[in-house]
Amino acid sequence: METKNIMIVGVGGQGTLLASKLLGRLLLGRGYDVKVSEVHGMSQRGGSVVTYVRWGTKVCSPIIDKGQADCILSFELLEAARYTEYLKPDGRIIVNSQQINPMPVIAGTASYPDNLVQKMEEKGIHVDALDALTLAEEAGSSRAVNLVLMGRLSTHFDFTEDEWMNAIEGSVPPKFLELNKKAFVSGRK
Amino acid sequence: MKTLMLGNEAVARGLYEAGCCFISSYPGTPSTEITECAAKYDELYAEWAPNEKVALEAAFGASLSGKRSFCAMKHVGLNVAADPLFTISYTGVNAGLVIGVADDAGMHSSQNEQDSRHYARASKLPMLEPSDSAEALAFAKLAYELSEKFDTAVLVKMCTRVSHSQSVVETGERVLPEQKKYEKNPGKYIMMPANAKRQHPVVEARTRALTAWAETAEINRVEAGADTSLGIITSSTGYQYVKEAFGDTYPVLKLGMIWPMPEQKIKDFAASVRKLVVVEELDGFIETHCRSLGLPVSGKELFSNIGELSQNLVKEKLGGAVQTGPALDEEIPGRPPVMCAGCPHRSIFYVLKKMKLTVLGDIGCYTLGAVPPLGAIDTTICMGASVSGLHGFVKAGEEENAGKTVAVIGDSTFIHSGVTGLINIAYNESDSTVIILDNSITGMTGHQQNPTTGYNLKGDPCTKIDLEGLCHAVGIKRVRVVDPYDMEACETALREELAAKEPSVIISRRPCALLKYVKHPGPICADSEKCKGCKACMSIGCPAISMVDGKAKIDATLCVGCGVCRQLCKFDAL
Repeated sequence: METKNIMIVGVGGQGTLLASKLLGRLLLGRGYDVKVSEVHGMSQRGGSVVTYVRWGTKVCSPIIDKGQADCILSFELLEAARYTEYLKPDGRIIVNSQQINPMPVIAGTASYPDNLVQKMEEKGIHVDALDALTLAEEAGSSRAVNLVLMGRLSTHFDFTEDEWMNAIEGSVPPKFLELNKKAFVSGRK
Repeated sequence: MKTLMLGNEAVARGLYEAGCCFISSYPGTPSTEITECAAKYDELYAEWAPNEKVALEAAFGASLSGKRSFCAMKHVGLNVAADPLFTISYTGVNAGLVIGVADDAGMHSSQNEQDSRHYARASKLPMLEPSDSAEALAFAKLAYELSEKFDTAVLVKMCTRVSHSQSVVETGERVLPEQKKYEKNPGKYIMMPANAKRQHPVVEARTRALTAWAETAEINRVEAGADTSLGIITSSTGYQYVKEAFGDTYPVLKLGMIWPMPEQKIKDFAASVRKLVVVEELDGFIETHCRSLGLPVSGKELFSNIGELSQNLVKEKLGGAVQTGPALDEEIPGRPPVMCAGCPHRSIFYVLKKMKLTVLGDIGCYTLGAVPPLGAIDTTICMGASVSGLHGFVKAGEEENAGKTVAVIGDSTFIHSGVTGLINIAYNESDSTVIILDNSITGMTGHQQNPTTGYNLKGDPCTKIDLEGLCHAVGIKRVRVVDPYDMEACETALREELAAKEPSVIISRRPCALLKYVKHPGPICADSEKCKGCKACMSIGCPAISMVDGKAKIDATLCVGCGVCRQLCKFDAL
């Protein structure tokens, strides 16, 4: 099987690492060779963060390069726009429409581009935008944005809901399980 | 059992399975999780040492006592540990001693991009270099076999992509090696000149023996390729990028041991291909070795010695075609890391900037105080350099710099190597003012305990080093504590200490806002009626505050209610 590639991008602190942990667990359970690459440390402090998830018969490189991503799962709108070059020709972007201003915008030295979803679509990119923050809040916590987005991502896979639920159970603390499951289901719609 | 593990976690598993009993490390990205993961095994003793030199010496002591031991650090940590490293090379070990060092090509979280492989050659110690988690586990175990067989410490070199990538590993059982005892052996362990002169030839003979081992070692393997017009020598992540780019097209010599390198095996491989290329990150280390064997080879003339490699880069440079996805015709603003909302460092940097002081900085989250709009730091070099540098700057600069310059250093960094600089300030009497940013944790590397927190690596309560007492004890009479959230108090303290004609220490104390036990008052609400849009609150660079339609707006999902912005608002709008 040809290696499949998903990039999970967002802002440090948004919970992208949990999403990749969950996905890795699910894919390993299916018997694939899996590599998940993260960046820790300095760049986690509110900076742009990227996680690469790759699976297939045999995966070599831990990273995804430009032109290789089947899907970019973005926790924030600007971050989706930052990485479009990493998409395959028929690649897809699933994006939380939430906007978080980076420091250059806050400091007034740059401006946050407008109509990014439209601009990405004009480039021929399939964009699936959703307000994951509102859905997460409705599920009980703004922290559950990651599970809402995983829910939406799940609609593009042929895994059963049970398989996803098992992976969630293995990746989140029991205390937050119900909340996370609820957030996941709300993203699947 | 098959499971996904970070490279660092896999090293920890390898230590566990190899029967390692003692681990002493200092945290540093990307090496930190090796020790954190190892600490989760009850059978292993694991600790955070004050710095890498102490950690390595402690690990050596444990080896001497007869227990397999380990020590982890980032690449720059090996500079700190270099002193014991070079002489431990002469003494050899009793039980196996393995040193994990993690490089950071691409400088995701580091102040330089040094290539640690040079240390293996310089200190004459063998170095293994895994390329994924399965190898990280296997090489950690192999390292102990080599350590005991060849009587040497063994380096295991990681890098960001191997350390922080999860891949599939198969775990095994823990096997305790035969127990060793310490026996006196002055000729081996006392490195005074007469003994060291006897040991140096032993070290050279050991390298020859290891080179012979490298010739037949399975970890230095040739993978056949159909097209022998090109042969690639590679290791670590370079190997993964080569396989990703070309599969089994070209023959590959994959080196698992990067020092010492085989000679005949490399020559034979070179003879089997038409053109020889080395694919390696950072310096041309393998390439230089090939050249020393008289082989015509390409390497750094194709690949830069700056930054990371990738599969596209490897493919492109070796004649393959790559394509990229569509870029937007839009300028996408950068998103650099920033201090968190509620970070206790933010306000002190605001005060330092306001007072127009020269600020010698150090290594930690507070390096972000250099970034606009705070832009309050003048230098960042290495652990402890703020304090020692301040002394020279004040002493040599005299009236020009005294009273206008401070050093800022975190609690963990101060213990690591700031305290010796402070002793110099006290002993050689410079009118220096050092600010210890005590956030009660090692922050940047992801919340590790340290000697000032009162907890050890396993999370158990332990002796807490009293910073005030320590500063007094080394000869600093003026030591005071301020709350960084209180900017007026910070400014007063700074004015008074800078005016004093003697050394002083200000401890800016408040726990990291991300610590679970820290209770926050909750988000501040901006009053758009009262806000005049003066942007005074924007000058602290808080990610929770932005201007929307000319009025300050606070992001309630980020704001913790530290109240620093409130102290800047003249219109009572926050």
